Amino acid sequence: MNDKKIAIRVRNLGKKYTLGGSQEQYLTLRDAIVNSVKAPFKRFNRASPDQGFWALNNVSFDVEQGEVVGIIGRNGAGKSTLLKILSRITAPTEGTVELHGRVGSLLEVGTGFHPEMTGRENIFLNGSILGMKKVEIEQKFDEIVKFAEIEKFLDTPVKRYSSGMYVRLAFAVAAHLEPEILVVDEVLAVGDAAFQKKCLGKMGEVAKEGRTVLFVSHNMSAISSLCNRTILLDTGTVIQDGNASKVIQEYLSSNITFNGEKVWQNPNERPGNENIRLYSLRLISEKGNAQHNFDIGEDIKIEVKYNVLTNGIHPIVSIVVKSQSGEIVFASLNMQSENIIEDSFAGKEFQPGVYTTVCILPKNFFNTNTYTIDLHLALNLDILAVCIQDIISFTIFDFNGYNSTGLNWKGVVHPKFMWITSQN
Amino acid sequence: MPESIHSDNNVPHLIIRPPRKWVPVDLHELWNYRELLTSFTMRDIKIRYKQTGLGFAWAVIQPLFMMLIFTIIFGGFAQIPSDGIPYPLFSFAALLPWMLFSEGLTRSTMSMVMNSNIMTKVYFPRLIMPISGILSPLVDFAVSISILVLMMAYYGFVPTINVVFLPLFILLALATSLGIGLWLSALNVKYRDFQYTVPFIIQLWMYASPVVYPASMIPEAIRPLYGLNPMAGVIEGFRWALLGTEIPGSMIFVSVGVVVVLLVSGMFYFRRMEQYYADIV
Repeated sequence: MNDKKIAIRVRNLGKKYTLGGSQEQYLTLRDAIVNSVKAPFKRFNRASPDQGFWALNNVSFDVEQGEVVGIIGRNGAGKSTLLKILSRITAPTEGTVELHGRVGSLLEVGTGFHPEMTGRENIFLNGSILGMKKVEIEQKFDEIVKFAEIEKFLDTPVKRYSSGMYVRLAFAVAAHLEPEILVVDEVLAVGDAAFQKKCLGKMGEVAKEGRTVLFVSHNMSAISSLCNRTILLDTGTVIQDGNASKVIQEYLSSNITFNGEKVWQNPNERPGNENIRLYSLRLISEKGNAQHNFDIGEDIKIEVKYNVLTNGIHPIVSIVVKSQSGEIVFASLNMQSENIIEDSFAGKEFQPGVYTTVCILPKNFFNTNTYTIDLHLALNLDILAVCIQDIISFTIFDFNGYNSTGLNWKGVVHPKFMWITSQN
Repeated sequence: MPESIHSDNNVPHLIIRPPRKWVPVDLHELWNYRELLTSFTMRDIKIRYKQTGLGFAWAVIQPLFMMLIFTIIFGGFAQIPSDGIPYPLFSFAALLPWMLFSEGLTRSTMSMVMNSNIMTKVYFPRLIMPISGILSPLVDFAVSISILVLMMAYYGFVPTINVVFLPLFILLALATSLGIGLWLSALNVKYRDFQYTVPFIIQLWMYASPVVYPASMIPEAIRPLYGLNPMAGVIEGFRWALLGTEIPGSMIFVSVGVVVVLLVSGMFYFRRMEQYYADIV
């Protein structure tokens, strides 16, 4: 045997869901009766023999004891299905999973909490649902209460709790679960920032104790800080499996998540009027790819392509960049360009033809957030031809440690300024 | 689906496989989860009368009023015989196991759907849910049995030595409600029709059971056949053990046989549904 022991061994795992079939649907008896009556005819009527859809297909991997593995992928990639099979909530259609050790699954915090019961009662109920023994809960009871900061409300029904207290209590119980293998799904997406940090810290501790953790999240910074290895799933298969930061970068720069471009192929659908038509808008990385995800340390090139159809116009391209909450971060237009002297078309009358206008958003400027763009194309300062809100979005990540503090950096933008200290 | 293999180094070892058609119940695993069964049962008991003014008094109000109405209508107007027992006592002794059974059946049938939010998030043997459904009415039962004792004292009834068999009949009532409950809860996951049929089934079934009339009204020859309704055996057994009526005899054996068949088939059907539970609920 190897010195490293295997905790999870997944082999050729597949899960098929039947779409519109008899298994998936919520049925009434009437349907079943009608279907069984119809069944003899069905044999001759096999127009759609296979309506199944494979949520997972031929997935194989091993996880060693003590490894902390992140699982990423866009929605519908099969992450949750995988976790559900590992935590025995649903059965695979084919393949096997070997588990060495007790599995604790946290697909949700507060599973089974009953609003009418007190905090104390819910700790015991929730604990036992998660697989803790009564003695175990008794031993950790004080610790759980302290972690949740609900000492005073222990004997109050949880329906009177604030949502914050509720979530804290729910996570506190879950955090004290001590299985050999922990399966976690996006539970950190609860509570305020301070509490999330506490949860992340707790997860880190769990990992350090040498337990095996499988962690699904959309929070890439959480994945990269907690996991040393990451598995990328897409359409039910393993696309990549390896070093966490490498897989994450690969994932984000691929177009698996979002497109970094908006293109109108059909001439009739191109926004605009008889004077000007928009062809496309692209967000281009330094490598020259259209993408959605960018590192803080790279310039983002916004490329707007349009067709001028008539003489005598002076097209103006402008963008408005907004934060996730909808605040305007800034607006900018090509008439007020910093390098206007380099732009030979600035202020000129355009001849009919296809033009590309590019704007460069500087590196080391945005925060790690998602931003959306509104685009305007105008014939002159008074006549607007195209106005598209939320035409595209982009997300900024910090792959290379721009934010060296490790703190959750506040602010819509995150520029670095000149700071100098001198002694007087 | 999964099977446990007991390994030597104390680390549980489990293999998850695609479902097989018929899987027996893993009693060892069920035993390991007994604390969770207690937790769910306690939860159901605790929340049942939360925020009610009368609390556990509700546990006796229902059978008491049913007894009153039965006494007036069936015992009074209809003059239905009661094997020489005062009618209130006669019907109340039957209502106890009947309500234990019908409450348990209702709760276990609903259990798989009502707790779906838990069962789609955490694994445990699903069988725990219908079992806790039949166990939680035991508290109501215990409260009402104390009323029965008071009533017996009032009418000057001393239980016969046969009262030692009472636990067996309680067990039979629970097993009946589990046997049916397993079938209905599993069917209800797929076909929600069943939750609507339960109140209806219970109502019809009560009149098919000797609650308001004695089994002695049934012709002797077909009485073993009557035992095909396990609740007939249970109720007559209760009266025999507590009030000293005629011993149910062969009826009981038929009832036990039926319950065993219901339980075993129910468990297999339930296990089969269990494997697809999360996909269809």
